[in-house]
Amino acid sequence: MRFYIRKLATFLSTVLLVSVITFLVFQILPGDPAEIVLGVDADPHQLVELRKTMGLERPAAERYASWVTDTVTGDFGTSLRYQRPVADIVAERLPVTLSLSVMSVGLTLLIGLPLGIYIARKDGQLSSMLLSVFTQLGLAVPSFWLGFILILVFSVTFKLFPTYGYVPWSEDPVGAFKSMFLPSLALAIPGIAVVIRYLRNTLLDQFRMDYVRTARSKGLREKSIMYRHILRNSLIPVLTIVGLLIADTLGGSIVVENVFALPGLGNLLITSIGTRDLPLLQTLVLYIAIIVVLINFVVDILYKVIDPRIRLKR
Amino acid sequence: MLKIRKTFVTGFSTLAVLSMVISGCGSSASPAPAASGTAQTTNGNSPAKDSSSMERVEGGTVRVAMSTEPDNLDPYLSAATDTSSMMDNVFDGLFEAGENSELVPAVAESYQISEDGLTYTFNIRKGIKFHDGSDLTAEDVAYSYAKLSGLNGKEPLSSKFAVIEKIETPDDSTVVVKLKAKDAAFLAANIVAIVPKDYEKQSEKPIGAGPFQFVSYAPGQQLVLEKNDQFYDQERKPALDRVEFKIMPDTNSSVLALQSGDIDMIPGISAQGALQLGTGFQIVSGPQNMVQLMALNNTEKPLDDVRVRQAINHAIDKDVIIQTVAEGNGAKLGSNMSPAMKMYYQEGLENRYQPDVQKAKALLKEAGYENGFKLTITVPSNYAFHVDTAQVIAEQLKAVGIDAQIKQIEWSSWLEDVYNNAKYEATIVGLTGKLDPHEVLGRYETTYGKNFFKFSNAEFDDIVNRARTEIDVTKRADMYKQAQTVLTEQAAAVYIMDPSRSVALKENLHGFTMYPVQKYDFAAMYFSKK
Amino acid sequence: MRWNQLVRNKPFMIGGCLLVLLLGLMVTSLFYTPYGPNDMNTAMRLAPPQASHWFGTDNFGRDIFSRIMEGSQTSFVIGTASVAIGLVIGLLIGAIAGYWGGWMDEMLMRIIDAMLAFPGILLAIMLVSVFGPGFGNTIVALGIMSIPAFARIARSGFIQYKEFAFVKAAKARGASSLRIISRHILPNMASPLIVASTMRFSGSILAEAGLSYLGLGVQPPDPSWGRMLSEAQPFIINAPWYVFITGAVITAMVLGFNLLGDGIRDGFDKKR
Repeated sequence: MRFYIRKLATFLSTVLLVSVITFLVFQILPGDPAEIVLGVDADPHQLVELRKTMGLERPAAERYASWVTDTVTGDFGTSLRYQRPVADIVAERLPVTLSLSVMSVGLTLLIGLPLGIYIARKDGQLSSMLLSVFTQLGLAVPSFWLGFILILVFSVTFKLFPTYGYVPWSEDPVGAFKSMFLPSLALAIPGIAVVIRYLRNTLLDQFRMDYVRTARSKGLREKSIMYRHILRNSLIPVLTIVGLLIADTLGGSIVVENVFALPGLGNLLITSIGTRDLPLLQTLVLYIAIIVVLINFVVDILYKVIDPRIRLKR
Repeated sequence: MLKIRKTFVTGFSTLAVLSMVISGCGSSASPAPAASGTAQTTNGNSPAKDSSSMERVEGGTVRVAMSTEPDNLDPYLSAATDTSSMMDNVFDGLFEAGENSELVPAVAESYQISEDGLTYTFNIRKGIKFHDGSDLTAEDVAYSYAKLSGLNGKEPLSSKFAVIEKIETPDDSTVVVKLKAKDAAFLAANIVAIVPKDYEKQSEKPIGAGPFQFVSYAPGQQLVLEKNDQFYDQERKPALDRVEFKIMPDTNSSVLALQSGDIDMIPGISAQGALQLGTGFQIVSGPQNMVQLMALNNTEKPLDDVRVRQAINHAIDKDVIIQTVAEGNGAKLGSNMSPAMKMYYQEGLENRYQPDVQKAKALLKEAGYENGFKLTITVPSNYAFHVDTAQVIAEQLKAVGIDAQIKQIEWSSWLEDVYNNAKYEATIVGLTGKLDPHEVLGRYETTYGKNFFKFSNAEFDDIVNRARTEIDVTKRADMYKQAQTVLTEQAAAVYIMDPSRSVALKENLHGFTMYPVQKYDFAAMYFSKK
Repeated sequence: MRWNQLVRNKPFMIGGCLLVLLLGLMVTSLFYTPYGPNDMNTAMRLAPPQASHWFGTDNFGRDIFSRIMEGSQTSFVIGTASVAIGLVIGLLIGAIAGYWGGWMDEMLMRIIDAMLAFPGILLAIMLVSVFGPGFGNTIVALGIMSIPAFARIARSGFIQYKEFAFVKAAKARGASSLRIISRHILPNMASPLIVASTMRFSGSILAEAGLSYLGLGVQPPDPSWGRMLSEAQPFIINAPWYVFITGAVITAMVLGFNLLGDGIRDGFDKKR
């Protein structure tokens, strides 16, 4: 029980710290949001009007204070750019980033796990060497470059997938899948490489473990050793990797959503930096950071559930 | 494609002087060289066919890639040209902007101006309905104008309408506008949208009387318009059923999307993008009434010396910039006026400063900068076009000993530092043109709040001031031409080019017309059978 | 880990060769490039690879090979400087947290956790948008991005080694903390830190490319590979080599560092 309380305390203090960092960092962003929206052609009268609608005539300290109270009460304030509640906008864009993350982590595991096992079992053979080359390349390629090449090959040349945009799952599941496939793949490839490498290394480590030798000497079949013992013991490190992967995917989606013009959170984040839409920007950053912290928290808890031997300090 | 538009010239011969404003822009203006008119090319092997020979199809959906998000759907609160080019299809004004900067009658059928130039009487067309089914009457016009001018007791929304003293509506189809002072720029301001009286939700669900009606807007995704079946003008009745503006910030993605058939049109495709397109597309291009310039801070040393500014002008080869950055699709400029503004454009200024390294060096020597100096060119990072231009300019300035550093900043910082506070040495930006020359040249007035050039010239101020109240069209135009010459002689900035606007369309999409303002008239567009 | 062991290690050798090649390119570019990296030749725009221009020319008619050479300086400087920043600060944080422990440890680790909550490029984007884009700011942002990785390694290293007999012995002899850290603990942590450095180096290169793609990276006309890549993208159909070559060079450098790191780790693991 102490373990969980301790972890919860850590989780909460990290969230607090993250929110403080988020506030502080963006307070020094220069720029007038009203002017950015209207640009060089703005009529001075329009500017006055828009500043009023945005509530910019109030002093900065007051705006900040009201944002903090709003956030604590679960109301994230109003976006300056869109003049709509931030919570609504985030809720609208969330499905895109969520499906992108889920699909890309799904692809990563679906492709990464079998290949990782394969490569470990065929260690030293040609096929596994080729896979290693692929893994190394996957880790080294910039994801947006990959995105462009995927579009060029699969959308423009073979016309298999759309080049951009998002189709809601409720409207057209097939279309939704198609629109999400290339971006998920672009995001997943580095992840696949990570999973393959990691799984291979832990599996090879396990192969050398005493209990495997014992099991072998007892005459257990190789398959049964693999699935009943080794994989189970490799689960914990893989779990950590999945946690990290989700965090990476959220970060990577910022760039990839821009390549594929997907209206997700990452896309919104870049727009809101450009438009100095602080209420929206702060909420988004906070949102992403809290998801990451939450995932780490869950992973920590799962650790304990899977392997009760884990103690507080490693 | 050729639609006969009746202009005001017919029927108002009594107002001889004033109708010249309109016809002058249209027909009798001296032809501009270089980039006048519209060039249409079709990529690939199928030659450009006369659109009349194509089989016209009624209906259909056009999907258009837009690189920016609308700033506000309310026409009175929006300032972005991209937004107005979309929403102009939803809203009609008393006039609409015509192809040659003439004013085409729309909601107003006709108008008269009093002898003293202070009273404008507009006759409103009967039978116009807003998209919500209500009638458009003089009351709505008065409401709209009161809102813009602040006569409704609230903050005014447009400085162009601040000159209005009083609005009267003697009957349902007559609006009388009285001005406080003579203002030659007022007439062109009447292209502004007319909105239904007491409807305050334009930002959420805009309602106008234009050929298309607003359906939906999903931020970051799309803005959808549908055909207005009750549209009042039979001649402008739309053929298309639906227009979908897709928000696609990455221009490379939109080119690929056009290629793979996911969209039908890219307004404002980059020259590089246009090169990428293979067969099956057409590119329409023409001057876009923009002035791309390198602004020089006229109060910053050593740029406060006119000889230094002239030297910089001599050092820069605009033709090379047009070739490399715009793939040759741009009209060379010499002052702050695009040839698209035929009537006001002063010819010949573009060749005032020939590229001449020796001359530039001589001028620098005269000014005491024989060994050159350091110059920071600040560029908004989100405009690849300007960043590219800066790279070419930096290279050209090197030849005369000026060590130019490029400093990219975000658009928001640019607005703050450069545009508002004039904290910069040189910057590259494009200033979009307006229908009225005062809005274009007024930027250089000493008293203008956002004169980021820090240009101050008594002669210039005097000319522009006099032009403001000059009702005689030819005289007024001459004054603005003079003003342009002053800018060139003073080398207030380096005027580079009016980059052509290129619009990429699917081969079977027709009827697109270029306007001197950024306007996409979807009512005139239609598909043909392939 | 012995040298001849490393030489037989394939990843190490391949990675090393790649890096030596790129390093050679960089050193050469200090004295010589076939063309001036910013020289424009408007008559030869987007020319395909040929004898006079090995990698072709870009949209300004600049020689891509020369720019790649010149750009390698930017990449090496950004990578080295950002890793150095991350290493020094990370080591310091890790040492304080791990060696002294207690509430300092708790507090520092919370800060590191909070930093890790901003996934990868997000932290860099935040920092660059606040500081403004540019060469120096990019380095600082990427350096800060690297701190957590080093801090964690350093901390666990310190926690591990401070309990070791040789450290305890030194302590008993009355050696100062600084001496213990520099003489006894740091040398033992060299391998994981070197491995992490190579990984962070590639991380910085990739992040710089990402930032440049979003328009937040290094300023033109100075060639940086990330910037070149984003400049090349509009020409992906007309001049595919421009995009492919630039992307490939970035990939090669990242690959080189990754392989080098793997090789060192393998050698290190075998020793134990």
